[in-house]
Amino acid sequence: MATKSLAGQDVEVDAEGFLVDASQWNEDMARAMAKEDGIDELTDKHMQVINFMRNEYMAKGSAPNIRSLGKTSGVSIKELYQLFPKGPAKLAAKFAGIPKPHGCI
Amino acid sequence: MTENNEAEPISKVSIVISKGSLEGVYPGLIMANGARAEGIDANLFFTFFGMDAVHKKHWKNMKVATVGNPGLHIPTLIGAIPGMSSLVTRMMSSKIEKLDFPSIPEFIEMISDTGAGIYACLASADLFGYTKDDLVDQVEGIITVGEFYTMAAGGQIIFT
Repeated sequence: MATKSLAGQDVEVDAEGFLVDASQWNEDMARAMAKEDGIDELTDKHMQVINFMRNEYMAKGSAPNIRSLGKTSGVSIKELYQLFPKGPAKLAAKFAGIPKPHGCI
Repeated sequence: MTENNEAEPISKVSIVISKGSLEGVYPGLIMANGARAEGIDANLFFTFFGMDAVHKKHWKNMKVATVGNPGLHIPTLIGAIPGMSSLVTRMMSSKIEKLDFPSIPEFIEMISDTGAGIYACLASADLFGYTKDDLVDQVEGIITVGEFYTMAAGGQIIFT
């Protein structure tokens, strides 16, 4: 655990930079985290995926893996990898301020 | 969980799938898909009987080996009864489906969509008389072992 400043607010993050408390999140933090991970600008499409991840997590208590993200988010797996080349489910969860999806698939 | 933050993170893996059974193919697919999900570059290389997983006629019909497979805990002579492999495969496939794992064809399509490279082995293709047309569209090429090593340069190689 470490404290870091994201979009002007001090938040607690884990070793991989995921927010510890999802309720501290806002969209400016998503943009700041994306920049750190090499995505300079979050487009509407990025935000669609990020908000979808966040809503799923809030509704179900866990974030979808890449397979169900491809099936249910309205964005195909191919496109997801174009949007988030370094791992769509992982990065979209991170930018959404929720825990990393758990599971092997 | 033990974490070693000092170690250099893995940035690329090349995974060889050489077995032609259901249980021989899944681990390599899970590792390739998992690598891409972590942002790690991945190549899949199908060789020998592993090529069935990317063969148009066989990829939907991969079976669990019921003979010579002590992990299954079925005596070899029982495992050899005709139809046993299909039965065990059906049981395992239904379990796999319940866990919401993709089937082998869906998994290979998915891995291809993640941007991983999928290749088949030239020596094996020659041995079985397969051409590119016999293999599913996700296979980008039939390559030599030398080309495989060139492609794998700078990453880890995993043989399954």
